[in-house]
Amino acid sequence: MSIDTSKVATSNSSAAIAKKPGRAGAVAEWADDRLGLATAMKKNLRKVFPDHWSFMLGEIALWSFVVLLLSGVFLTLWFNPSMGEVQYNGSYDALRGIHMSEAYASSLKLSFDVRGGLLMRQMHHWAAMIFIASMMIHLLRVYFTGAHRKPRELNWVIGCLLLLLGTLEGFTGYSLPDDLLSGTGIRAADGFMKSMPVVGSYMSFFLFGGEFPGESIIPRLYTVHVLLIPGLLLALIAAHMLLLVYHKHTQWAGPGRTEENVVGFPMLPVYAAKAGGFFFIVFGVIALMGGLLTLNPVWLYGPYDPSKVTAGSQPDWYMGWPDGALRIMPGLETHLFGHTLSWNVFLPIIVLPGLMFTILLLLPFVESWITGDKRDHHLLQRPRNAPTRTATMVALMTFYGLMWAAGGNDIIAILLDLSINQITYFMRVAVFVGPVIAFIITRRWCISLQRKDEEVLLHGYETGVIMRSPEGGYSERHLPVSESRAYTLTARDRDPDVTAPESTVDANGLEDPSSGRLSGLRQRLRTLMYADNVQPPTRQELEAAHHHADHDADHHADHHADHELESRDRDALPGGH
Amino acid sequence: MRFLNRSVGRLSRHRRGPVAGLVLLLLGLLVSGGLYAGLAPASADETRTDAELIAEGRELFLVSCAFCHGQNGEGLETLNGNILGPSLVGVGAAAVDFQVGTGRMPMAQPGAQAPTKPEELDEDETEAVAAFVASLGPGPAVPSPEDYSLDGLDDEEREQAIVRGGQIFLTNCTACHNFNGKGGAMPRGGAAPDLSNTTPEHIYEAMLTGPGQMDSFSNGNLSPEEKRDVIAYLMNLREQPNYGGFTLGGLGPVSEGLFAWLGGIGALVAFAVWIAAHTTRSSKKKGETA
Repeated sequence: MSIDTSKVATSNSSAAIAKKPGRAGAVAEWADDRLGLATAMKKNLRKVFPDHWSFMLGEIALWSFVVLLLSGVFLTLWFNPSMGEVQYNGSYDALRGIHMSEAYASSLKLSFDVRGGLLMRQMHHWAAMIFIASMMIHLLRVYFTGAHRKPRELNWVIGCLLLLLGTLEGFTGYSLPDDLLSGTGIRAADGFMKSMPVVGSYMSFFLFGGEFPGESIIPRLYTVHVLLIPGLLLALIAAHMLLLVYHKHTQWAGPGRTEENVVGFPMLPVYAAKAGGFFFIVFGVIALMGGLLTLNPVWLYGPYDPSKVTAGSQPDWYMGWPDGALRIMPGLETHLFGHTLSWNVFLPIIVLPGLMFTILLLLPFVESWITGDKRDHHLLQRPRNAPTRTATMVALMTFYGLMWAAGGNDIIAILLDLSINQITYFMRVAVFVGPVIAFIITRRWCISLQRKDEEVLLHGYETGVIMRSPEGGYSERHLPVSESRAYTLTARDRDPDVTAPESTVDANGLEDPSSGRLSGLRQRLRTLMYADNVQPPTRQELEAAHHHADHDADHHADHHADHELESRDRDALPGGH
Repeated sequence: MRFLNRSVGRLSRHRRGPVAGLVLLLLGLLVSGGLYAGLAPASADETRTDAELIAEGRELFLVSCAFCHGQNGEGLETLNGNILGPSLVGVGAAAVDFQVGTGRMPMAQPGAQAPTKPEELDEDETEAVAAFVASLGPGPAVPSPEDYSLDGLDDEEREQAIVRGGQIFLTNCTACHNFNGKGGAMPRGGAAPDLSNTTPEHIYEAMLTGPGQMDSFSNGNLSPEEKRDVIAYLMNLREQPNYGGFTLGGLGPVSEGLFAWLGGIGALVAFAVWIAAHTTRSSKKKGETA
């Protein structure tokens, strides 16, 4: 093995002199003298991020938002948000001569007469679908790993607002081309508003500037779509990311990782390259989808006309679940003093989404109220180690998924040859029963996985090596897991003991001020949350188990006569160590 | 006259010749055969009389249709008052050509939807059954190809026909058949079928007769030209390129959302896993001392 000496100094006689900065260095120095960037950058360029695939899901949302901004700016150069009537004379033969709004005519022009326009339209729409989908999977990752706990509750709230605004932004964009589908969507929104008791019709007239459809709705939605909501989104994304930097990223437990540090790679060069590269991947995937997959072929829908409708009129996927609720809701109406209250519209489409959003917003606060845990958390939890929380989210996902499926009931009916009525009846029951079943299964599943972890820690992992004793009994050899894996498995907090009744009197004999009327409920919820969980083994339990394992291994090797009887008993139960 | 006498005389000289009888026999056969071929009615298969066609159709009807529609097409009810098969009086030949020609009838079992399947009866048999059913009462006849063809129109008129047909289609048809003619769901397990592969003749007949849950668009409702235009629009849908790329089934936002999740998010999460699995590469190589 030769030693490369080319980089070793040949003499130490001359002192080290700083070289004159190169051209780039000179520019950087000029800028730093005036902007003082170096101090701010020095810290942040070396900022460390932990490495895990699930930490990149939010990045998909960020990068698809960038694609949305870029493609959206392109579209605004040609789109004409006006409901003025024109006669179409563009390239698409099958609509030539038809009277339509300028908004729809300019959508057709973008699709057929602007170079690259259809690609940009489809990229913008696909990016919107992916933007909201990636926000949702990011939300799931955060919740399943417990990253919403203190100090990140407010960032959770900001994330929820981003999801809500993203959905509204998507809906306004869906409504702009003024084709049959988007017009049907606006018509539905008009109906939703009018279902609100007392204020509904006033709100509708205010929004539409008179009776539906009027001439104002598209210019108004356009302003909301290109100015108001994007501005709010940008501001909230900035706040979301500043909080991320301020809190520092959470990390998985493991050797060397504590609540006080972050183990990973620095921003420069590693994360700048990874994140920058991921932007190009997101851009590329969206460009491929925009180029290859038809999305909202507006020319086939034709201009909006309130007398027309098409089968398969659905909103984009993120509005699909309230649509499903609307589809399976029985037709309840009340007639009061000559007024009709449409519960069949008001409950599923106005009340339910508001309720679900409130639940989502409050999840971290409800959890910390139940657990009473006010500590800071920077180490993530595996979903199995918070079985009740994991089961709660899976129940919510099941509810969402069933509603979602109900929103596509007509497509399910024709593709699977089912009766749309039977799908509806099934869903009416399933949306209530399904989440309960999902909750129970998920919770027990998580607890089983905890038991598996405990077994691995105490009895070692299954080697697949089958041993035969001289008596002819068979057993599988278990070996202890590595130190670092054992550390990772045990690096979690023990849950509070909920078997003992919580005393309302503290050590000084004073009444606990937090115990109010709700403390009984809180106690019951705590019991539900923790009672069946498997706690990580104590040091004594681990040592005892290791001693037993060593002893067992010696015993297998030496086959000491004293243990013959014990051994036979044990070997009779395969894997019973 | 002299010439005629002379040639007859010349012929008559052979009348007692050895081959005269044979020639006369051949001549007689040729004339009678030729006359028969020219004057007698052609073979029974090619031009059946209406009565024969109806009789043949009745035989087929009794075997294939009468179980539900009754022996005289009067329709049958089940014991609890449901309709087993509706009355066929007045549905016309067009209805039979549509129902039997697309394989919907004879149905395997009564139900909300008559599914298309390979035809049970061939064209001649269908024609015979159609003639029988048409004889039960006046109804729409099978349209001829001129009724739904754009032949004879110049380019501009064709384009206008397609545009007009598109508007009629979007007003009257898309509510069930979808904007792309890809079909949609109807109550109780019924379905408005996908029109992508239906022949122009069958589309015309369906508009004329209103099969299943479909409305019938009589000529007073949609004129024959308007029906032709709707067909022209549908044919144009088939012919025009898919400007946006793969159509994802042409079913609207549900299939698009499915692709956003399975394709888009699926691919991007796979890339995230891939990026995270490749950690920084150290520049140190094996054998190089630090």
